[in-house]
Amino acid sequence: MSDPVTNSIKNFCSEIGTEGPVAVEGGKTRWNLNGFPQKDTRFVKAPEGILSAKPDEMIVTALTGTTVAELHKELGRLGQRTSLPERGGTIGGAIAVGENDISVLGKGRIRDSVLQIRYVSADGKIITSGAPVVKNVSGFNLHKLMVGSFGTLGLFAEVTIRTNPIPTTSKWFTAASKDPQSVLVNTYKPSAILWDGETVWVHLEGHKPDVQKQLKKLLSIGNYEEVEGAPGLPRYRWSIAPADALRINRKDTGNFVASIGVGNVWADKPQSRKEIDPAITQITNSLKREFDPKGRLNPGRYA
Amino acid sequence: MNYFKRIQKRVNDYRESKYLSDDPLVADLQKALELDRVLENLDERKLYSKDESVFEGGIAGPVCFPITTSEVQTIMKIAEKHNRHVIPRGAGSGLAGGAIPLGAPIVIAMTKMNNVLEVDIENRIAWVEPGVINLELSDHLKPFGFHYAPDPSSQQICTLGGNVANNSGGPHCLADGVTDTHVLALEVVLPSGEVTTFGGLDAEPTGLDLRGAFIGSEGTLGITTKIAVRLTPNPDDVQTLLISFPSMRKAAETVSAIIADGIVPAAMEAMDQKTIEVIEKHIPSGYPTDAGAVLLVEVEGLVDGVEIEALRIGEIAENHDASDIKIAQTSYQRDALWKGRKSAFGASTYLAPNYYLHDTVVPRSELADVLDKVNDLADKNNLTIMNVFHAGDGNLHPLLVFDASEEGTLERVHQVAAEIVKVSLEAGGVLSGEHGIGIEKQEFMQQLFTDHDLEHQNKLRSSFDPQCRINPGKVLPTGHSCADIQTLNKIPEGTWV
Repeated sequence: MSDPVTNSIKNFCSEIGTEGPVAVEGGKTRWNLNGFPQKDTRFVKAPEGILSAKPDEMIVTALTGTTVAELHKELGRLGQRTSLPERGGTIGGAIAVGENDISVLGKGRIRDSVLQIRYVSADGKIITSGAPVVKNVSGFNLHKLMVGSFGTLGLFAEVTIRTNPIPTTSKWFTAASKDPQSVLVNTYKPSAILWDGETVWVHLEGHKPDVQKQLKKLLSIGNYEEVEGAPGLPRYRWSIAPADALRINRKDTGNFVASIGVGNVWADKPQSRKEIDPAITQITNSLKREFDPKGRLNPGRYA
Repeated sequence: MNYFKRIQKRVNDYRESKYLSDDPLVADLQKALELDRVLENLDERKLYSKDESVFEGGIAGPVCFPITTSEVQTIMKIAEKHNRHVIPRGAGSGLAGGAIPLGAPIVIAMTKMNNVLEVDIENRIAWVEPGVINLELSDHLKPFGFHYAPDPSSQQICTLGGNVANNSGGPHCLADGVTDTHVLALEVVLPSGEVTTFGGLDAEPTGLDLRGAFIGSEGTLGITTKIAVRLTPNPDDVQTLLISFPSMRKAAETVSAIIADGIVPAAMEAMDQKTIEVIEKHIPSGYPTDAGAVLLVEVEGLVDGVEIEALRIGEIAENHDASDIKIAQTSYQRDALWKGRKSAFGASTYLAPNYYLHDTVVPRSELADVLDKVNDLADKNNLTIMNVFHAGDGNLHPLLVFDASEEGTLERVHQVAAEIVKVSLEAGGVLSGEHGIGIEKQEFMQQLFTDHDLEHQNKLRSSFDPQCRINPGKVLPTGHSCADIQTLNKIPEGTWV
């Protein structure tokens, strides 16, 4: 059963009210994605603060205006981390956008780690979906629907996220390679494999002797050297199937860095918009009508 | 008309006049499918009116066994024409009544759509049909060096379509997550009869996560016809520890201590003394019958890390008064321990002929206290209880064993079940970790959620199925749309059942 609603959430709810277009302003690190806020939109700030961090339960509950950096700083003291990407933004923003961390193979996907969301509805009610436990099949999964919804169905106030222990060793290695798939085949659960067509970067995490042995395997297929971290990433984020990331045509992407085994690609050129099945559009529109009949939540944005 | 067409027409005319049912609904279904893939006999339909729970519902209407997506679409359209509800069904191994028909809906049994369609190693996925048995998929993947991670205790019989409906877990979901982590895309026939795909193989599929909303919706939002599952690489090494404790309290405290130490084992199962006793009677597996409780802990991964974690788990267990620690030395020993664990529910028949397997989740730190309360409840109500559960997830499975032929026993079982829900919620837990809500727990939903929360869940359901065509009367409590069980139970006069 969920913890009681805090006063800061009640105040956030009052601020959102029941009338007029409204949106939450977070760190604005992804402000230009999926449309722009309508001109007359009123912006509010989500409450901040970490409510509880429980390493023995592998969960953390925080208000969504808290920055991801602050969350990870606090969790780091407890030897834990989350799947949220660190890029200067807020927890609420990260969940609203739904983009995974670059080391998603090791840290997991956001949509799998959100256990509970409290949001304010279009009619000014505080709604809770999910629960602060790591396993739960009690009712419909509204909180799954909220990840990547760009705040179009509800405005997030509080979230409980699954945490994981920080591995004792975390290292990046790089080498020239035309065959990034061989890295995936020769390593066991790497945290990330990035490839720009010429060079591979591998993120290995775990116990030190395991990382050392995995490095030996890498050295058998390339001249790997340790580096500080991931390479710089081009501007545009693509989402394609993992196998397609092995066959990228530079004419389409310009310079690129692909996440092997995942299918994210960062490219100089934007990905063309994908066609959406009319049946999916119909359900999406129906959800929007049900959750926000007056269209007041993040008008101008789309999921 | 040529000779062959004339012959075919005569055969068709004969078949229709000879075999088609007098009931227009059944006749339409028989025309759309083959005759032997539509059951209309009452005795046969009764078999599809139950699941593995102790709950009763209505009666299955015609039972259809489609073999293609297109046939499922046709069934949906026939259902609409005849104004009948439909209910999808896998193996019927559910424990919350989710697959029990209310009223007399058309049952769409997906068990004949049971092919592994494609294993795609580059994308590390497999496309499967919903009737594929969970364990058979992992067996199929063995030669490729992969497995499908969620492994419900019923994995020898349960289907992947059922797993999607219930967002099923299993002992090995502690580290790697339950079904929704391992399902990337779903082909679904919608209530309208249209077919679409939720999710996708790409890294971050566009739009709302309808896949995430669909998984765990207990067959109320559409009919799954294809599933893209993620393949998990087999680990280099596995160590299985059997740790004995003087009491369940000590075992439960060890679980929290292991997690707090920064170790996330692949599985961490707990069994109490009564469970150990019946398992060893049923299928001797190597469990110590003199222990107050045991933990079955499995760590997997690369060799050195597995060794480090197994040693550390041993140290933590010793610090919590473990009386014995054994490590399975062979795959035979490991398999025997797991076979014993997964046979626990069946083994309960040594104590009594019937069982009610409960399912709640509590915070790990509350495990010991909640178990004490659960055991007290059983004692006070003169019921025998076994506790075998996914301790790592805090997922309790109190197993009430009883003889249903003894007057008043079933009522006491239901009463204790309701009390178990109460103590679990009071401890900060939830109604279900694996079995779902079905009809078992829908009236408890108001103890976990506010009316506003439930109203929003109802909005989600209505967005997919505005006319409540699929599996109505489940999950949401009475008073919400698609949940009026009383009406559904009352079958209109003259309706073919």
